[in-house]
Amino acid sequence: MTADFDEALIAFAAEVGPDGPVCVRGGGTRWRLGGEAAPGTRQVQAPAGVVAFEPAEMTVRVRAGTPVAELHRELAAGGQRTALPERDGGTVGGALMAGESSIARLGLGPVREALLQARYVCADGQLATAGAATVKNVSGFDVCRLLVGSLGTLGLVGEVLLRTVPVGETERWVRLAGADAGTARSCHTAASVLWDGADVWALLSGYEVDVEEDLSRLGPCEEVDGPPELPPHRWSCTPAEAAAFAARNGAAGRFVAEIGVGIVHAAEPQPPRTVEPGAAELNRRFKARFDPAGRLNPGRDPLQKP
Amino acid sequence: MAGTLAAATRRVLGSRRRGDRSGSVPSNDPADAALVADLVEAIGADRVRADAAARYLASRDASIYREGNAGPVCYPGSTDDVAACVRVANRHGRAVSPRGAGTGLAGGAAPLGRPVVLSMTRMDELVEIDFDNGVAWVQPGVVNLDLTRALAPHGVHYAPDPSSQAACTIGGNVANNSGGPHCLAYGVTSAHVVAIEVVLSDASVVTLGDLSAEPAGYDLRGAFVGSEGMCGIATKVAVRLTRNPPAVRTMLLCFSDVSDAAATVSAIIAAGIVPAAIEMLDQRCVIAVEDFAQAGYPRDAAAVLLVEVDGASGGVEIAAARVAEIAERNQAMSVRTAADDDERARLWKGRKSAFGAVANVMPDYYLHDTVVPRTRLVEVLESIYEIVDRHDLIVLNVFHAGDGNLHPILAYDSREPGADERVHAAGREIIEMSLDMGGALTGEHGVGVEKRDHMHRMFSAVDLDQQSRLRASFDPYCRMNPGKVLPSAHSCSDIGSLRASDAAGVWG
Repeated sequence: MTADFDEALIAFAAEVGPDGPVCVRGGGTRWRLGGEAAPGTRQVQAPAGVVAFEPAEMTVRVRAGTPVAELHRELAAGGQRTALPERDGGTVGGALMAGESSIARLGLGPVREALLQARYVCADGQLATAGAATVKNVSGFDVCRLLVGSLGTLGLVGEVLLRTVPVGETERWVRLAGADAGTARSCHTAASVLWDGADVWALLSGYEVDVEEDLSRLGPCEEVDGPPELPPHRWSCTPAEAAAFAARNGAAGRFVAEIGVGIVHAAEPQPPRTVEPGAAELNRRFKARFDPAGRLNPGRDPLQKP
Repeated sequence: MAGTLAAATRRVLGSRRRGDRSGSVPSNDPADAALVADLVEAIGADRVRADAAARYLASRDASIYREGNAGPVCYPGSTDDVAACVRVANRHGRAVSPRGAGTGLAGGAAPLGRPVVLSMTRMDELVEIDFDNGVAWVQPGVVNLDLTRALAPHGVHYAPDPSSQAACTIGGNVANNSGGPHCLAYGVTSAHVVAIEVVLSDASVVTLGDLSAEPAGYDLRGAFVGSEGMCGIATKVAVRLTRNPPAVRTMLLCFSDVSDAAATVSAIIAAGIVPAAIEMLDQRCVIAVEDFAQAGYPRDAAAVLLVEVDGASGGVEIAAARVAEIAERNQAMSVRTAADDDERARLWKGRKSAFGAVANVMPDYYLHDTVVPRTRLVEVLESIYEIVDRHDLIVLNVFHAGDGNLHPILAYDSREPGADERVHAAGREIIEMSLDMGGALTGEHGVGVEKRDHMHRMFSAVDLDQQSRLRASFDPYCRMNPGKVLPSAHSCSDIGSLRASDAAGVWG
């Protein structure tokens, strides 16, 4: 089978070439995640632009260099969006390679579920396709899952097909002073529940009637423009650890925990996570198999992600 | 679900007759004596069988593939047992093939080259329900529906619901990345598996993924799910608990024209409604189902859609009303909404009994599984009818229309001369047509051996090489369930491993 790679992809592959250390820069919003590019690494950029949005398929084909916010503006015309987080200038490829979910993960799902197909440049400079152009597919090994969160160390993504989701009829952020996060978590329309040790913020998303019902269940609350300001460091915890974060890691107001998800935004960086030796060894084997010369994004390692 | 009981019996007897003639299935293969003795020493005599009956049962799954060939069959009771079996197999230079309930439809659990077979069905404990983290830890032999039943008192369930859910196991679901009707809104197995304890081909035990929001390193859990037993053996799985929706509305939409039904599917999705399920049955399937299960589907409908919307009660009302409106705009003959749980169960009974109903039509069937873009259902169904007519076969279509996952059932009588060949020829054409429409080889049944040699139709040599790297990262020596998924040019080591163990085996 010969895949139909367009000119932008072919040019991207040519730019990446077959050898020499190379890294891809997106919006640079998570540029130091998992380490910094080794000195002397050539920097390239992925092509940009929305290729095809199919509202009735709930998919969009988009080039990796496209800013997520720009993609979402186009999708909004069809009442849809993706699970990718919008960061200032952050790109589709960058969001996928970082693998960090949006703050509305309860509603949108994790980033890894968004990627249906990837066209990427392998370590030897050839173009490959992972996944299928359909919303459901189990044909062969799931290389797409492996690429999400890989920091571009296994292949350099040029174009992707993403699953889209409908935007809720209504979306409202509310703040509940001194509330119990569990009540907000039990709301069916809760797309995000945040807790700073004292107050709770919730994003309610869905049909107006359901959001209203959840609001009445929540009791007195204040409608706000958005989430609270998030401290700079992102911790990946279990949902139980996130819910108990205040007791273990300090005072209210110094962190914001995503309840039901496990991400905690904290003032301090997360201490290095312990990875069992067997899992670390598997990570090394994947890197060695997919990039034997170690030329793709050298210096960066998903095991070193906070 | 291997066709009718009569057909299954005929196959059993047929194979035995063949076996007697060649004498190739002795009750205790002397060549395996040392291997069996070591397995017995490792995990105990009550957990190892090498007789012809056990090996015969472990040689097949629910597909029509009949060339599987099991070595000794082990029934491990723990992770340690699994690791011990893998160690013994390695020492004897033998591959290992795990299996769950054997309900797979692509030959994925049909062992090739007389490997040591690990039947995981005795590891069937629900280990722990961890509400704080929203997961349940289960052993791989837990039956899908048993898990959902065990969770029911807690107001949660396990979302993937394959048609075989009353028999299939969580381990098998992980191997095949199984789907089901409700995966339209909730996602397939991969979205519901958080962490997996696995035994790798070197007998080491490692946990892939963890309960944290974003585990460090590569998504090894994601890479493992759907790997059809070729990357290791799952021994404990953390599955996500899904809250039961507060409200559910199940509707039957009937159409006098298949294309109106298909247009309704596209229009529902385009309207931003993601129902929990959208299932389609065509007329022949409706009639078979009515003859068999009396679900109350109208026999004169060219196609029916079973649509289920769920969520909070207000939104469910709105979504159901919009679905009805869309159906009426697309010339629906009737729109019926289940009034209560009984009626809802009856509507689903029709869908769920479709495969049993085929037995009234023909003694054998071949169930296909491809995916097409959901906006192209009309063209695709027309092509299927054309292909099947040309090969003088009967087709019943019952499938997950919402995500474009086709399940044409080719019904036939294998006693008719040439019937098998016609079924295979039509199947090949359906696969090729689906790919030409921009689709995928398989949506939920997996590749196994059935579609292995079609993989190059969907993927380039470079793509397949990338996939083989994923597999080799887990299992460098290709000792886990060899010979599946990747065409032989991309799994040379598999062939080596198969030949080493069984010179007269499947490749002979």
